[in-house]
Amino acid sequence: MTSSEAGATGSPPSDGVEDARPVVEMTGISIEFPGVKALDGVDLRLLPGEVHALMGENGAGKSTLIKALTGVYGIDSGEILVDGEPHRFSGPGEAQAAGIATVYQEVNLCENLTVAENIMLGNEPRRLGAIDWPRTRRRAAEHLATMGLDIDPASSLGSHSIAVQQLVAISRAMVVDAKVLILDEPTSSLDADEVARLFSVVRRLRDQGVAILFVSHFLEQVFELSDRMTVLRNGVRVGEYRTSELTRTELVSRMIGRSMEVLEDLEVRTEHAVATTQGAPFVQAVGLGRRGAVQAFDLDVHEGEVVGLAGLLGSGRTEVARLLAGADRADTGTLRVRGALARLRNPRAAISRKIAFSSEDRKAEGVVADLTVRENIVLGLQAERGWLRRLPDRQVDEIVQRYVEALNIRPANPDALLRNLSGGNQQKVLLARWLATAPELLILDEPTRGIDVGAKAEIQRLVSDLASRGMAVLFISAELEEVVRLSHRIAVMRDRQKVAELTNTDTVGVDDVVELIASGGKR
Amino acid sequence: MTTLASSRRGAPSPDGLPSVGRRLRLDRRYLPVVGTLVVFALLLVVGGARYDNFLSVGVIANLFINNAFLIVLAVGMTFVILTGGIDLSVGSVLALSGVTAAYLLRAGVPAGVVIPLVVLVGSLIGLLVGAMVHVFEVQPFIATLAAMFFARGLCFLIAPESIPIDDETFVALASWDTWAGGQWRLTSSVMIALAVVAVAFYLLHYTQFGRTVYAIGGGEQSARLMGLPVARTKVLVYVISGTCAGLGGLLFAMFSRSGYSLTGVGMELDAIAAVVIGGTLLTGGTGFVLGSVLGVLVLGLIQTIVTFEGTLSSWWTKIVIGALLLVFVVLQRLLALRRS
Repeated sequence: MTSSEAGATGSPPSDGVEDARPVVEMTGISIEFPGVKALDGVDLRLLPGEVHALMGENGAGKSTLIKALTGVYGIDSGEILVDGEPHRFSGPGEAQAAGIATVYQEVNLCENLTVAENIMLGNEPRRLGAIDWPRTRRRAAEHLATMGLDIDPASSLGSHSIAVQQLVAISRAMVVDAKVLILDEPTSSLDADEVARLFSVVRRLRDQGVAILFVSHFLEQVFELSDRMTVLRNGVRVGEYRTSELTRTELVSRMIGRSMEVLEDLEVRTEHAVATTQGAPFVQAVGLGRRGAVQAFDLDVHEGEVVGLAGLLGSGRTEVARLLAGADRADTGTLRVRGALARLRNPRAAISRKIAFSSEDRKAEGVVADLTVRENIVLGLQAERGWLRRLPDRQVDEIVQRYVEALNIRPANPDALLRNLSGGNQQKVLLARWLATAPELLILDEPTRGIDVGAKAEIQRLVSDLASRGMAVLFISAELEEVVRLSHRIAVMRDRQKVAELTNTDTVGVDDVVELIASGGKR
Repeated sequence: MTTLASSRRGAPSPDGLPSVGRRLRLDRRYLPVVGTLVVFALLLVVGGARYDNFLSVGVIANLFINNAFLIVLAVGMTFVILTGGIDLSVGSVLALSGVTAAYLLRAGVPAGVVIPLVVLVGSLIGLLVGAMVHVFEVQPFIATLAAMFFARGLCFLIAPESIPIDDETFVALASWDTWAGGQWRLTSSVMIALAVVAVAFYLLHYTQFGRTVYAIGGGEQSARLMGLPVARTKVLVYVISGTCAGLGGLLFAMFSRSGYSLTGVGMELDAIAAVVIGGTLLTGGTGFVLGSVLGVLVLGLIQTIVTFEGTLSSWWTKIVIGALLLVFVVLQRLLALRRS
């Protein structure tokens, strides 16, 4: 897919808002990493009192553009104007001083400090040069109150949920009276109520004249919240659009540079076929459980079958996966692999039985950021062979080439360092690593989290392809649409126990699963 | 002392929000320090029960006098460990500072010049270490290991033999003390050590620099993205540790009235032990300078008990410290696990 296919260039909309002078105007921004051209002459302008969405697939350059604006990355060429003045920030501190505050995707606060300390850190009121703690706490409490957060400012930040930490991070951004607030994927770990609360805060800030740059993969949220949007693809700006003048279909095709029909074609291929679950299951868990993690459950996964695990965050989905993958040891119950009793003491034991587990936390438990794409892909295969029997280079090249193509890993450069890849592409590399070991059961924990539509459709198609070729797949996702679309059977988790299991048919919809989660299996 | 810290930092805000219940509930962060306090009290009780004269003002006063230099070292080490680093050079820098002081005093340089000079030597080595850690991104372990060998080597270059100090001003300063009655004695070195502790407490809890130290320990990347001056702070903690080591060398020279190249071998490990026993996590971000003082006092008290026992080899001190360190590290681990 090349950028020449798109050809769609947005004409900047014009009305009253346009008369306002942009708070931020970035022109011709280019940044190059070794082996990757991350941004190529990108323009972006933010007006006061608007929510501006920055859209694009993973690897399109959204995060890089944000980091260029906040001074985390230096720019190779281009110009950044803030309030009409040229600026080149050497770090987030300078950007903040100029009124640009950022809330990152992974909450970047200090869990070892209290909520109040985190909010005020670096901006504490002083008296005679010393930090005035009573006033610091009072001001932190005021900021929490304006956010509608009812938590103890003296409590440790680590004791709160990610959602609360996110709101604390925004409170922190508002301490500096930001003119520009950048929200990088703020909603990826929030539930519906928390999103609503966040949005009301964002709207209030917008009405106060703050320019908000909003990045999200949830198209619905973007259309609900944003006034204008800039679309990026492969490090190039596709165009700037008014949200009200763009349909979802148009937006998606601009983001991926393919017409919608192609995307729909992908989705048709991921439609589930009714499973044939005869014969002995590949894995069979009976009464498997672990104290404090998940209550005893039964679960079978057959060859050629996709079993979906549905449930809310923290319902025990991941814990089930970890037990089946040997990452945690079970206290109770038995696990049979191909009918033979298996006691999985560690992941190695699971791997030797051809069970592969792709963790939800790809940063900490998955990819090795300092190795290349090539090294990451063959890591699992090499480990399986043992370090003494080195894979021949030619074979490695072949394997790497095959997966880079099959999974459409971008950039298609096996020698690029993994840290320079976007989240979605890192996820694909992780998948490739497990696929290279030819597993018979593939456990995927949130493989599509934080991934754009195009990559998501690709991964979904891959999963259904793998299953149709005989692989057993356990698929975990917070997005119920995805679970319903892909799975042959769906196990529903709630409050750390398995509450229901249903066989997927064409009549089963997301509503049915939601109802099961809500009712706890008693319908 | 520690209870003072707890009540200060956890103090109810003036808006009268916290209830009695909240004040009674102990913040988890203070748990390790409270553990150290309990050990300290236990040692006092055990010592008091076994030996007459143990629970005397004199013993406590001597505890401070004999360990003043270690208190200063531990304070500097606390800054470094709070950021998640380590400083292995302090023992050697302490020796270098002592030897330099003795050498210059013997050469007739006035004490008024020598004293600030040797402290500055420590700061300078700290600055070099900080630059290595920050600019060249050398692991703190390696950077300070290099500084350790470097400083120790310099000691021998200056004087391999022990140099006695008989400069009048210096001796007068070293032997100055104030009697608050009975056996209680407050020497100049104890005063200096306590002043260092007070300054460190102020820096850590009442300045932006101190808050940045904690933030770096909690997550360097986060601290950087919050716009805090990470680079400057990381260099500064090593400067502080070096300065404390220089000052510690001065105190040790006052204590021993001499400067000798072989002093303080392994003392950096005593300082690290004191900091860890005082409840500071080696991973950074959690800990208090007053805990480190308490850690030094625990070490000193163990030594005192072994001395009182009389028949025990002094190496028993090391065995007990080793065991205690192990227990504390395991306890910290358990606390951290329960939190997550």
